[in-house]
Amino acid sequence: MTGPGDATGLSAATGPGGSTGLTAAFTARRGAFTLDLALDVRPGRTLALLGPNGSGKSTTIGCLAGTIAIDAGAISVAGRVLDDDATHVEVADRRIGVVFQDYLLFPHLTVRDNVAFGPRAMGLGRAGSRDVADDLLRRFGVHDLADRRPAQLSGGQAQRVALARALAVSPDVLLLDEPLSALDVEVRDDVREELASHLEAFDGITIVVTHSLEDVVALARDVVVLERGAVTQSAPVRELVRSPATPYVERLVASWSDD
Amino acid sequence: MAPRRPRRAGFLAPALWIPAGIALALLALPLVALVVRAPWADLPQLLARGEVLQALALSLGTAAIATAVSLALGVPLALVLARSAEWSAVPRRLLRALVTVPLVLPPVVGGVALLLLLGRRGLVGERLDAWFGITIPFTTTAVVIAQVFVAMPFLVLAVEGAVRASDRRFEIAAATLGASRWTVFRRITLPLVAPGVSAGALLCFTRALGEFGATITFAGSFPGVTQTLPIATYLELQRDPDAAIALSLVLMIVSVAVLVSLRDRWVPGLTS
Repeated sequence: MTGPGDATGLSAATGPGGSTGLTAAFTARRGAFTLDLALDVRPGRTLALLGPNGSGKSTTIGCLAGTIAIDAGAISVAGRVLDDDATHVEVADRRIGVVFQDYLLFPHLTVRDNVAFGPRAMGLGRAGSRDVADDLLRRFGVHDLADRRPAQLSGGQAQRVALARALAVSPDVLLLDEPLSALDVEVRDDVREELASHLEAFDGITIVVTHSLEDVVALARDVVVLERGAVTQSAPVRELVRSPATPYVERLVASWSDD
Repeated sequence: MAPRRPRRAGFLAPALWIPAGIALALLALPLVALVVRAPWADLPQLLARGEVLQALALSLGTAAIATAVSLALGVPLALVLARSAEWSAVPRRLLRALVTVPLVLPPVVGGVALLLLLGRRGLVGERLDAWFGITIPFTTTAVVIAQVFVAMPFLVLAVEGAVRASDRRFEIAAATLGASRWTVFRRITLPLVAPGVSAGALLCFTRALGEFGATITFAGSFPGVTQTLPIATYLELQRDPDAAIALSLVLMIVSVAVLVSLRDRWVPGLTS
């Protein structure tokens, strides 16, 4: 079993210390739970954060997105410090987009206004924001739904809108929280494939948080395994599949290759 | 075979029907009497009288202003109250008690308390008088203040309930899109709790419209200045009972109209 120290070792091997990417090495305590995490993602890359329930995935998202304060360590993106002993950049100023597990599309706004919300909040005018939204909705193939309310969308449609909304403000980092778990099993494979192609086109940093090895294999090149608040393996996806470091990953790989 | 009727309510002892019936009669029969004994034929002419219209206009006007003030101040208070769930016990309970006390306080006591604060000899009123020459008691402003004191807690608690029931994560989602706290409040929080706000405003308006005790104590009963509809009704009862009945009918119709318009909105216990 490798520890967080080895994860840092890997990051040193794969990137130049995070001057252009995302570097996070921190500790966060929530009650009796302690999360110790070390991540390093290069621009244009997708990292998967794989872990079972209770492993600290949600805490990780909270810390990266800025809703949970870290207790020690640092988070920086493209050389800009978001968190350290002296700094805490507010959620609104972090430039980290999130696609939430249940999408959290604003129920009182149309699809178009959901996507235009970010640009407008950033100070772009009403017309300009609508243009940004219309462009993105067209690119994601959901422009015909622009005047609908989120409640009238299918799961796959809602996910595309959520992705468009998060990308509308061109974030440095895109966080996807269990992107496929809210979908029906029948459509999951199609949506996953489509999501992979959209992520391919995004040139920022992407982190996919998931408990599904299918998601990891389809969406990410590198993977960090999180168990009980600590990193147990940090490797390229192909290597993880070939040589799992813990029984948890072994089980996932075994049931995945059975399919 | 006859289908069995679903029995959802469980057992109800037959003996309970009697007190339940008396209770219902106690609630409903006075209103029935009001409707039955109303001088329907003279109603238009009773309600068209100058002092009646004056009282009606004063009541609607002051209740509307009191509701507007309660919205402007009470919605922020409701948000603070909802967030206070994260505070430690002492300040949290103190805040909740301060908001709730006017609900259980006899309105007359509220009126006396307002006099002690804002009256000519009051804690703050003395300074207002000495420094700015402002006297509040027995003015229309006093009517509005009394109504706000009594009615705002209804709005605060209705809005607070709506805020607590709403999903805070929408606000976080908005923040990740770069929205400032003010933008989040204006474009996410407020629209999401809008049904609670309008229900609270309606409750607040009705309560302000019916306000009597605090108003007559703190603002008195000057026709056209502080004599609101409930006060006029009470005074007319001694002079011209038919006019009092007519005024009561008006107040009752307004209240029932509010209840009906609330039916499908977010108010715990009012939706069936």
